[in-house]
Amino acid sequence: MDVSFSYLNACLAVLLAWGAIGLAGMIRPRSLGIAARTLFPLGALCGIALAVLAVLSIATPAERAVLPLGLPDLPFHVRRDPLASVFLALLGAASAGISIFSTGYFRKGEGALPGLLCLEYHVFLASMGLVLLADDAYAFMVAWETMALSSYFLVTTQHRIPEIRSAGFLYLLIAHVGAISILLSFGVMQGGSWQFTFDAMRAAHLSPGWATVAFGLAMFGFGAKAGLVPLHVWLPEAHPAAPSPVSALMSGVMLKTAVYGVLRVSFDLLGTPQWWWGLVALGLGLLSAFYGVIFAAVQTDMKRLLAWSSIENVGVIFTGVGLTIVFHGSGMGALAALALIATLYHCLNHAFMKSVLFLGTGSVLHATGERNLGRLGGLIHRMPWVAWLTLIGVLAIAGLPPLNGFVSEWLLLQAFLFAGDVPRTFVNMLLPVGAAVVALCTALAGYVMVKFFGVIFLGQPREAALAGAHDAGLVERLGLLWLALGCVGLGLFPVQVIETLDVVARDLLKLPAGRWGGDWWLLAPAAARHAAYGPLALFGVTLIVVALAGLGVRAVYRRRVRRGPAWDCGFVRLDARMQDTAEGFGQPIRHVFEPFFQMVRELPTPFDFAPRYRVTVGDRLWTLLYLPLGATVRWTADRVARLQQGRIATYLLYSFVTLIALLALVL
Amino acid sequence: MSPLSFDLQLLNACAALLLLLSFSMLSQRRIVNLVNLLALQGALLCAATLLVAWRTGQGHLYLSAALTLALKVIGLPLLLHRLIRRLNVYWDAEPVINTSGTMLIGLLVVVFSFGLAQPISALASTATRSTLGIAIAVILLSFLTMITRRKAMSQVVAFLSMENGLFFGAMSATYGMPMVVELGVALDVLVAMLVLGVFFFQIREQFDSLDLHHLESLKEGE
Repeated sequence: MDVSFSYLNACLAVLLAWGAIGLAGMIRPRSLGIAARTLFPLGALCGIALAVLAVLSIATPAERAVLPLGLPDLPFHVRRDPLASVFLALLGAASAGISIFSTGYFRKGEGALPGLLCLEYHVFLASMGLVLLADDAYAFMVAWETMALSSYFLVTTQHRIPEIRSAGFLYLLIAHVGAISILLSFGVMQGGSWQFTFDAMRAAHLSPGWATVAFGLAMFGFGAKAGLVPLHVWLPEAHPAAPSPVSALMSGVMLKTAVYGVLRVSFDLLGTPQWWWGLVALGLGLLSAFYGVIFAAVQTDMKRLLAWSSIENVGVIFTGVGLTIVFHGSGMGALAALALIATLYHCLNHAFMKSVLFLGTGSVLHATGERNLGRLGGLIHRMPWVAWLTLIGVLAIAGLPPLNGFVSEWLLLQAFLFAGDVPRTFVNMLLPVGAAVVALCTALAGYVMVKFFGVIFLGQPREAALAGAHDAGLVERLGLLWLALGCVGLGLFPVQVIETLDVVARDLLKLPAGRWGGDWWLLAPAAARHAAYGPLALFGVTLIVVALAGLGVRAVYRRRVRRGPAWDCGFVRLDARMQDTAEGFGQPIRHVFEPFFQMVRELPTPFDFAPRYRVTVGDRLWTLLYLPLGATVRWTADRVARLQQGRIATYLLYSFVTLIALLALVL
Repeated sequence: MSPLSFDLQLLNACAALLLLLSFSMLSQRRIVNLVNLLALQGALLCAATLLVAWRTGQGHLYLSAALTLALKVIGLPLLLHRLIRRLNVYWDAEPVINTSGTMLIGLLVVVFSFGLAQPISALASTATRSTLGIAIAVILLSFLTMITRRKAMSQVVAFLSMENGLFFGAMSATYGMPMVVELGVALDVLVAMLVLGVFFFQIREQFDSLDLHHLESLKEGE
């Protein structure tokens, strides 16, 4: 192996450093000082280094190496190309913020030992890096499984709680079903050469039928990891169970490795995807986006709400993937590049904004010990730092300019608007419907985020205990600030980001090299007269308008401002319990989309003197799909278990019959 | 078809006796007798090996005959007899399937083995190929004995008899296995016997009996 400097070797060194940091945590596993206060900042530095390396390397050609790891005759192949660089940058930058936050977050006496947590956390990071760099199926699967296992242990940090154990089990189960599917997909893609390097898969010529099988298996496998409907059930269970930095890492970064996998398989390994695969990805993406957002709107647990919102965002990302495949398969290179850029951009954005939100909930959880939205409220006065930084994330994910969420969703919609040019009749009629669904989801996401932020931070505290809530510590604020600045930066300088992503898109879609047209401040995906967006100008004008308005108000009402009690609408007493609740806020959505929910309502009778109202919202897919599936598996297992008689004579008989049958076969 | 030479006729007689012994083992319920039958089977095997060795002039077959004599005619039966006395098991319980039923199944098994051996012996070039069917029958009959017995002791005897069948089969198909393999197998049988001997004591200690149906309680669930 070549040890001179290359970006690939440097990235591998960072991964190795993460592994070493993890192991260092085990030297004194009980010491919080070493594990959290020393090693996590080191991990964050590694993350920053990885992000810098990855960004610098994006435009450089692919590099490859063979690692002296793995089995004899089956070494790990690694390769870094622009696509891997983008995701490595995402991993490095997002994990840096999360690691900084974790420095202050993990406390004594919560579940697993700090050293063990440090090990699992850094192994998780390193394995995600290896997933992105792997260049053969073996290395990929090893990294993928390590990623699944380390994250499983992170989810079940507080493994003494039965709910957390079962959430972890569900996650592990779906992760493994997905992994099997990915493995089979690789098995199909080797195309009879029995070589499992990605190079062999690139060279294999699959018939369209087998290529479709490979794509379908990959879509299932990666979809299970990404949380596409109907394989999403683990997300709303695992995220509330996991510690907040882990949720942030899983939602912000790990889900993106699945997106990376789908992109890698469909554009790189399979060569040219067939256009109609795009419709599959598009359909699943739209379904997930819609399903995720309406369920997010009716949640009352803040982390569960964010988990459903992750499903929505993954849906949006997969919509972009689908659109890319449709355009690419129809020979519309420029539009495919646009859709791919939107997809990658949204991956980056979601990593930052969802991490901010999850970490924000972590701070709230630590300050109040409460995940239930119904017991929070008014925290902006007690936790101003967390509240304001979370607000940035909330605005970003709601898709408001000038933050980053707007840019990627706008780009995606722009890509949709050109779908009319697709030379297929039904597709170009149906795709605008997809655009409408994306727009609906974005709007509903805004609604969800108003609920999220409003119920937690605004209004009056709903419980007396909230008065004692304290703001997050310095390092936690620093971590949040890093990620929030990421949201702002990605929002204010989209042209620079897109120029970089354009290189990746051209490389992946095998388009001729070229330069992204446009000024450094004005974003115009097609032509400036069609649609253009200048975030800096918008931001500047917004600031000026707000400042002028503020000054104007001050000038007019100068010294005539007084503070008085709020008007209570003539009620005798106005207390915190009269505020709009999470359930109340979600009620219209619950009502409009009622067929999607499985609701159990308990309404009090009019004569009840201590009335209680309770409503639980369940996932219909759980009862329609998973419970019957589970019952079938159980039934089959019971039948199979009858083989186990406990009598040696029976077991011998099995051998005897097998022997006779085999002998009769050769006869 | 030319008449068979005398030594081959003798070999065939040995083979027939082996098969007969297998049947008698299948029906025998006294464990002491079962062990004696095993020793007899070993002796027949030893004689057949000597015959083949003499006929073909293969030196290593003399060695394996000696090994058979030491291990299967003298060593193991002695060990088993001691075990029977120490464990005080002289009779097997009522077999799983009654004796006549077992014999009928045994007949079918023999027919099957002969049918199976037909194409193989057509390919084999050894003078002893005609006995291959019997060898397979001995293996399968021993297997059947294992299935129908309840006491661990008789299952072990059947297991050893199966090994005899394998040995005989190897000899009739290819004039015996390579010496290394043969030595290995002999050692295996010896070690298996010792381990099983320990097991017998453990099983008896746990369940106060060597009857294997007690092991059913080890089954999972319910």
